[in-house]
Amino acid sequence: MRGAKSAKWVVGAAVVALAATACGSSDSDSKAGGSNDGIVRAWWGDPQNPLEPANTNEVQGGKVLDMIFMNLKEYDPKTGKANLEAADSITTTDQQNFTIKLKAGLKFSDGTPVTAASFVDAWNYGALVTNKQLNSYFFADIDGYDAVHPAKEGAAPTAKTMSGLKVVNDSTFTVKLTQKFSTWPDRLGYKAFAPLPKSFFTDHAGYLNKPVGDGPYMVASYTKGSSMKLVPNPNYTGPSKPKNKGVLLKVYTDSNTAYADLQAGNLDVLDDIPAEQLSHVKSDLGGRYLNQPAGIIQTVSFPLNQKAWNAPGMEKVRLGLSMAIDRKTITQKIFQGTRTPANDLTSPVLGAAGGYSDSIGGESVTYNPTKAKQLIQEGGGIPGGHMTIGYNADSGSHKQWVDAVCNSINNVLGDNKACVGAPTGTFADFRNQITKGEMKQPFRSGWQMDYPLIDDFLTPLYATGGSSNDSKYSNPQFDALIKQANAEPDTAKAITLYQQAEKILMKDMPVIPLWYQNGGAGWSSRVSNVTENAFSYPVFTDITVAN
Amino acid sequence: MGRYVIRRLLQMVPVFIGTTFLIFVMVYALGDPVAAMFGDRAPDPATAAQIRHDLYLDHSLPAQYVHYMGQIFTGDFGKAATGQPVTELMGSAFPVTIRLTLVAFAFEAVIGIGLGLLAGLRRGRFADSGVLAFTLLVVSIPTFVTAYLLQYFVGVKWGLASPAVADGAPFGDLILPGVVLAGVSLAYVARLTRTSVAENSRADYLRTAVAKGLPKRRVVTVHLLRNSLIPVVTFLGTDLGALMGGAVVTERIFNIHGVGWQLYQGILRQNPPTVVGFVTILVIVFLAANLLVDLLYAVLDPRIRYV
Repeated sequence: MRGAKSAKWVVGAAVVALAATACGSSDSDSKAGGSNDGIVRAWWGDPQNPLEPANTNEVQGGKVLDMIFMNLKEYDPKTGKANLEAADSITTTDQQNFTIKLKAGLKFSDGTPVTAASFVDAWNYGALVTNKQLNSYFFADIDGYDAVHPAKEGAAPTAKTMSGLKVVNDSTFTVKLTQKFSTWPDRLGYKAFAPLPKSFFTDHAGYLNKPVGDGPYMVASYTKGSSMKLVPNPNYTGPSKPKNKGVLLKVYTDSNTAYADLQAGNLDVLDDIPAEQLSHVKSDLGGRYLNQPAGIIQTVSFPLNQKAWNAPGMEKVRLGLSMAIDRKTITQKIFQGTRTPANDLTSPVLGAAGGYSDSIGGESVTYNPTKAKQLIQEGGGIPGGHMTIGYNADSGSHKQWVDAVCNSINNVLGDNKACVGAPTGTFADFRNQITKGEMKQPFRSGWQMDYPLIDDFLTPLYATGGSSNDSKYSNPQFDALIKQANAEPDTAKAITLYQQAEKILMKDMPVIPLWYQNGGAGWSSRVSNVTENAFSYPVFTDITVAN
Repeated sequence: MGRYVIRRLLQMVPVFIGTTFLIFVMVYALGDPVAAMFGDRAPDPATAAQIRHDLYLDHSLPAQYVHYMGQIFTGDFGKAATGQPVTELMGSAFPVTIRLTLVAFAFEAVIGIGLGLLAGLRRGRFADSGVLAFTLLVVSIPTFVTAYLLQYFVGVKWGLASPAVADGAPFGDLILPGVVLAGVSLAYVARLTRTSVAENSRADYLRTAVAKGLPKRRVVTVHLLRNSLIPVVTFLGTDLGALMGGAVVTERIFNIHGVGWQLYQGILRQNPPTVVGFVTILVIVFLAANLLVDLLYAVLDPRIRYV
């Protein structure tokens, strides 16, 4: 009975396999919210990093932090202005030493009080190099940062806490900066500056499984990689009390699927409308769709560390190239209006009071084929006769617009080989070449603001040695203006100084401003009052759910 | 028999080491995972160095491989970018994919063999041409087209099923993606079965069975089908491995948080532990599926022996 004997082996193997399946197929408790529970069901992408304030540098994690934390200051969702929230007052006499007083009676959602130490400990944790926090550089302005976070690779920190932070009493602490910086308090709305409860330090793994904050919502349950349920935080006393009974964030594998689910009525808010659906999103959703500029600007950077692109006279070529790009047509045809042609190097979310200006770019960002051609020729033409624009091919469908930009340049120059796209396989590889300064030709770049301040659009990107100065631009005049602006106590005057610095960029053209990326969102008929804030996160606290 | 199984298991060892090494090298050649973590921003060298040290990326590639394999044998598959252990990801992804595989496999085997048998028994008649036309159609349409069409019509337009699979992937939600996933293989199974059945129905032993006066049912199921299934089982076995590898396209379209999606995420985020860990398990699954197929031959055909 050969057959029967081998059958036994087969059955044995099959049983093992089935047992393995049975073990896993258990929980499915976090069912999607029903129709009358007042909970907003929203699209979510899996956050890339653990949910720690100083370690979250992308929007999906940021979305959650935005809901569960109240910072010293918070940005108004409509105007982007930084208002005091957890702080009662932030005062300074010399623009360098700040005294911060907290509001009384603040509590985390776990019931423990929010004290001065909650902030100081959190910031020290974020800055310490051995904690490997991706947003450490946010604390670089605080005195003593060098000791906890030496710039040199592999150097060990000489202190565990920053000397510039001092707790005075439970509700007061002082901050000493390395230099004068008048608009520094306005940065404090960024979530890297969030306070952390004691449990973060005592039970770190437990905290990451269920983060605790002092914001309008608290985490009720979190299944990593699939969903998070947030409910209103009973201990929250701030101004943005949730107008719904909670938010269920659902991780989708693909935003097209989420779009189908939105149409089928299984999802309420989708803030990542897939490009394929843009042409018919308005009719699909009956107008329940918004599209507005976000704090993201896209640019083409020139490699100014390469002699060919930095020689005298090349600024004319760079300026000419900027004028050779027909931004309006490209944003309409390729992006279906989900990009807004750039007028400056900041973003409209700043508002005019915050430093945005629709006239700073002026002629230099306006399509003008004749002048463009003339300028390029006067400057000596494109180095070597032709150029490429580098981009990463793995995400974001950059090929289309890079080809269109090149096409626009080629048309102006009457030479269809003047500019071509140059793809790099992966984003990481692409970034690597940029940071190592190996780029020989212009390449795509982009900037998503950390906080809605003009300073954030300029200093890290164009100051000499700036943390994200991809084009390796350096101009002492620009640096001096930035420094002067940072020391200016009057905010309005400071902003004028920043804008003067920005005007220098428009002349030098280290990068070509292309367009602002828009934030878009669609929603179901079940919810209303869907808006987006300066960070393009839906303002969840304002959303109401119909019964 | 037992000796044969042991020998096969031993043969798996070099295959396992070879494949994992290749995958390891390829994944690490993709680019710098640390730079990817920083997004559009230039990585801060001090922080990047700390992370590299932590992930053992500051050693040479062979040293990293040895270190990684050492960890695997203690059950530590490393951590995903989110700080979650890869074993935890596997714990959530594999049951989902196994369920999807079972659904797809059931469709494939039952409908595929059924159609093939029908066509094989009615050679040259309408049913045969009908199956031929149907399988041609299914094979020629790409999976994502069927997937999006079914999702739109069944899920959105007619509202018969949910267009996205809910958390935990209940069996009810998996029927639609299962059908999509089974589609192409189903066609192959039908064609293979048809050819095999058509050939064997002219065999001597079948004429003998009919001449003995056995009932038709028994002739077809025991004598004809059993002997015709050998090529089909080979195909189904390898296909089982492929299905377990996760259907990247189908899983993404239907929101199934399975193996395919985790692999896709791992590649997108340049997280080597996720990719290498999952692929390592898949290599084992493939090897096991192959062994299972070889053992099944003997069940189907007693003339086959293992020495």
